Parts: sequence; C-alpha cells; structure tokens
Amino acid sequence: MSWQDAIPNPGALAVVQRNFGVWRKLLLPSMLGNFGDPLLYLLALGYGLGHFVGPMDGMPYITFIASGIVASSVMNTASFEGLYSAFTRMSAQHTYAAMLATPLRVSDILAGEVLWAAIKGLISAVAIIIVASFFGAIQGPWVWLSIPVILLSGLSFGSLALVITAMARSYDFFMYYFTLAVTPMFLFCGVFYPLHSLPAFAQDIAQILPLTHAVALLRPLLTGQLPRHVPYHLGILLLYTVIPYLIAWRLLVRRLLR
Amino acid sequence: MLNPAFLELKHLHKRYGNREVLRGVDFSIPAGSCYALVGPNGAGKSTTVRAIQGLTPLDGGEIRMDGQALSTLGAAGRARIGVVPQMDNLDPDFTVEENLWTYGRYFRLPKSRIRQRSAELLDFMALSGYARQPISALSGGMQRRLTIARALINAPQLLLLDEPTTGLDPQARHLIWQRLRDLRRQGTTLLLTTHYMDEAERLADQVGIVDQGHILAQDSPRALIESHIPGEVLELRRLDGNTPDPENWHQQQVALSERVGDTLICYGQNLQQVLAHFVHNPDYRWLQRPASLEDVFLRLTGRNLREDEH
Repeated sequence: MSWQDAIPNPGALAVVQRNFGVWRKLLLPSMLGNFGDPLLYLLALGYGLGHFVGPMDGMPYITFIASGIVASSVMNTASFEGLYSAFTRMSAQHTYAAMLATPLRVSDILAGEVLWAAIKGLISAVAIIIVASFFGAIQGPWVWLSIPVILLSGLSFGSLALVITAMARSYDFFMYYFTLAVTPMFLFCGVFYPLHSLPAFAQDIAQILPLTHAVALLRPLLTGQLPRHVPYHLGILLLYTVIPYLIAWRLLVRRLLR
Repeated sequence: MLNPAFLELKHLHKRYGNREVLRGVDFSIPAGSCYALVGPNGAGKSTTVRAIQGLTPLDGGEIRMDGQALSTLGAAGRARIGVVPQMDNLDPDFTVEENLWTYGRYFRLPKSRIRQRSAELLDFMALSGYARQPISALSGGMQRRLTIARALINAPQLLLLDEPTTGLDPQARHLIWQRLRDLRRQGTTLLLTTHYMDEAERLADQVGIVDQGHILAQDSPRALIESHIPGEVLELRRLDGNTPDPENWHQQQVALSERVGDTLICYGQNLQQVLAHFVHNPDYRWLQRPASLEDVFLRLTGRNLREDEH
C-alpha cells in the first residue's frame, strides 16, 4: 500500500451520497436539532448572560457569541459525525466492509466520511447563521465568504475525529477525545470571550488548536469585517486537515485490510 | 469441457503473528464453473475469500483473474467481482431498492443502468413486491436473497459467496441454490465456502476440502467420494450407550470402519453380512445409506471440534 493510495477517487462522492441519503430520511429531528439548539444558546447566553456582560470586543455580546457558536457548532457536528456515526457504520453496520467489496478503496471511504462530516458542519453552521441573523447578530457583506472557511474547518475536525475512530475499540473511547480535546477547545479558543483575556501561556496553547483559527476567521466575516492573517489561519486549518487525514488513512488501512 | 481457468490461486500464504492461516492454498476455477471450498471453522476459507477481494495482504503466493494478477488490477479487479459476505451488511436505514441503488453507485454505474438492473435482480431473487420495504421488514432468507441481488448489481464475472445459506430454512436454501445454478448456466464463475456438504455436493463442479490453511483434497464431489469411501455406509447405533460391537466382529467383514461414541460406522461394498448380524439385535438401531461428501470430509478433517473463527 503506497502513499498514492491515500489520494481518493471520485468514488468518494458515492460515500457522501450514501450518508446524505440516510440523513435525508431523518431530516426532521436533525433539522430540529440544527435550528433548536443554537436558538436556545443565543437566547440564554446572548440575551440572558449578555445582559450582564455588556459589549465585548466592541460589539453586542449576542453578536460576539453568535459567530463563536457557529464555529464551535462546526466542530461539534463534524466531530460527532466522524466519531459516533462513522464508528457505527464501520463497526456495528459493517458498511465499510460492504463498500470494500466494490471498487471503493479505504481512501475513498475516508475522504467521503471527512467530506460528509464537513457538509454536516456546514448545514449546522448555516442553520445558526439564519437564526442569528433574525436577532441581527450576523451582518455585513462578507457572510458568504464564511462558507469555504466553514467547510475547511469541518474537514479538519472531521479528519481529526476519524483518527480517533480508526483507533477506537468502543464508543467509550470517544469520551477521552471529547474531554481532552473538544471541550477544552469549546471553552478556551475564543468562542465565549476574546483570546487576549487569557494568560499568555494559555494564549500560546490556544494558538495551536484548530478552533482558535476557525473563530479568528469566522468572527470578522460574520460581523462585517475582513479577517487579518488569513493565509496563516487557513494554513493551520489545512494542516489540521491533511495530516490527520493521512494518519487516519494509515490506521484504517491497518484496521480494515488485514 | 476444459475451459481455461478464470481464477487461479497459487500457493497463498498468510500469517497473523505466528499463526499461519493459509499454508499454500492452491486451486483454480475454470470459467463458468462452480468451486466449493469446504472446511471446518478456522480452516482459512474466509481468509481466502478476502484475499481474492484484495482485502488481505498476502505473505506469499499470487492470485490471477482472467490471466491477470489481481494485485495489479487493484480496485478495477473488484469491479468484475460480486461478493456475498458471511455477515449481512445491508444498509438498515434504506429500503430494498435504495440498497441496490446505493451499492450500484459504489460501482459508479449510470443511474439508468442501476434502475434496469435492480428491477431484473429483484425479479430474479423473487423480491419484486418488496422494492419499497425497509430492510427490517424482510425475513432472514429475504435479506440473504437481497444480499445476493446486491452482489450481482455490477453483472460480475466472478461471484464469491461466503457461507451463503448459513442459518436459512430449507425453502430459502433451495431457492438460492436454484438461482446459483441459473447464474452458473449463464456463465458466471462461482466460488462458495460452506459448512454444508449437501450444498457443496449440489452446486459445485469441484470441491476443495481445506483444513489448517491448505487443501487436503480436491475433485468433483463424485470422484472425491469414490476415491475416499469404498462403497456404501452402514451406521450402527447402540441404544444403551455401551460400545457398539465390542468384540470387533465387524472387522472380519469390512475394510474400513470407525467408532464415534455410541455409533459404529462401516464403509464397504457389501455390508449385508454386517447388517444381517445386527439387524435383529434390539440394542441396535441401524441406517444404511450411500456414501456422501460429509463422510469424506469427516474422514479427512477428523471429528474433533474446532474453535470458532471469530
């Protein structure tokens, strides 16, 4: 198995299509979650907490937090899809085994899963953007530019999640990842307050985490400003896509082709 | 008669740690014929099937399909193969026709082709009325038939079936056998693994008996029986649980026999003398029957229980 086999074929789109087909069947509960959860967050944190917090970084707290919730929701949705859903397909439903009996290869399956995780992240992000714009918390001419950023962020969180899935023996294993990676990012990467309010060492740690860079790009784009250091932030997110993808591919090849 | 080999397996070796699961598996299947790999659990049947799909990197040996090495064909080789796996892996979230549709997309078949092929295959596997049903509405036998239909979506030249009828009722098995014979007549090359000797006997042109990673014997079912079992079989079962024929009287009459618990099994051309000796003894119940592939199998692989493969 050479590294060239890690490059997916267009067959990966059939994997995306399959997952989309299942998602469409569960559209209603899924959409309810996509729209309902952010609505609750925005009401509780934006209005409730925001009333006491006052403006942050020169904008109303609900505006500040709306873009943060968009970014963290991409992380949560893509991670969940790449962990629990992908693991169910691999282990419980043996969907990967069925796919591997066709011309699909491990890289096609992996790329399809990562892309689908990113699409699910995008769906949840768009839902929040729609809800938040009713509150006037999303504005400005650059909102459309957030879509490629959201997709790239989704790809990186999806790839990371699939590394964990490729190593997992059971669902319990995912708790490590949530407690040690997802929750710290949710709390310390600028979703709820600006990074500069953290002590210097914590800021340095936050700089190596992908959610920080997703927030750094998305907050300006969703509040009518142009982000700074764009190539730097995009570069980090790209690294977080490519390197975990290759690691996950290696692990899945070892796991599925024995 | 002698079609060129469509599938050739040459000296396959596979090791997991220091456990050798394939130790020189060698056989070939002529185009359009059916080969059955029979063997106890852990004999290496499923590993062989996985190796043909390119899912198990080999430690030695070569597999050729239609004259080309499968390792160089890669994923393109799988486009010409259909697989019926041992464990059903239909998509539980989809209906019958959505399963076929999705699977056809994995082969990147055009939509019109999948539609046409699905209708034909559902008809062929007697599932026409169930196209819109969810998988959960199907019985075990129907799910298996759908799995076979799915494996045929790409009109494969080679169909691999890993224990296709395990756990099915006789009606379902007979329908599946009928369809597999139809496929063979249409020119599909078939490789099946099975525990059921009657299945191998009914379907296969050639049977390979595999144990501990290599093939002990291979030939047509008839030839295997003739060369390993002399004549007919007489089973004498002792009802009180004691050793049957403790004086070994039968050994003067038959060339080959074995004791299995309460049963004495005699093999030979003329078993009338033995039968006459025991027929009026109330301690015995008897069964006289033609030799079968199962007799050959048990004689070659022994009667010890095997650890399960999984």
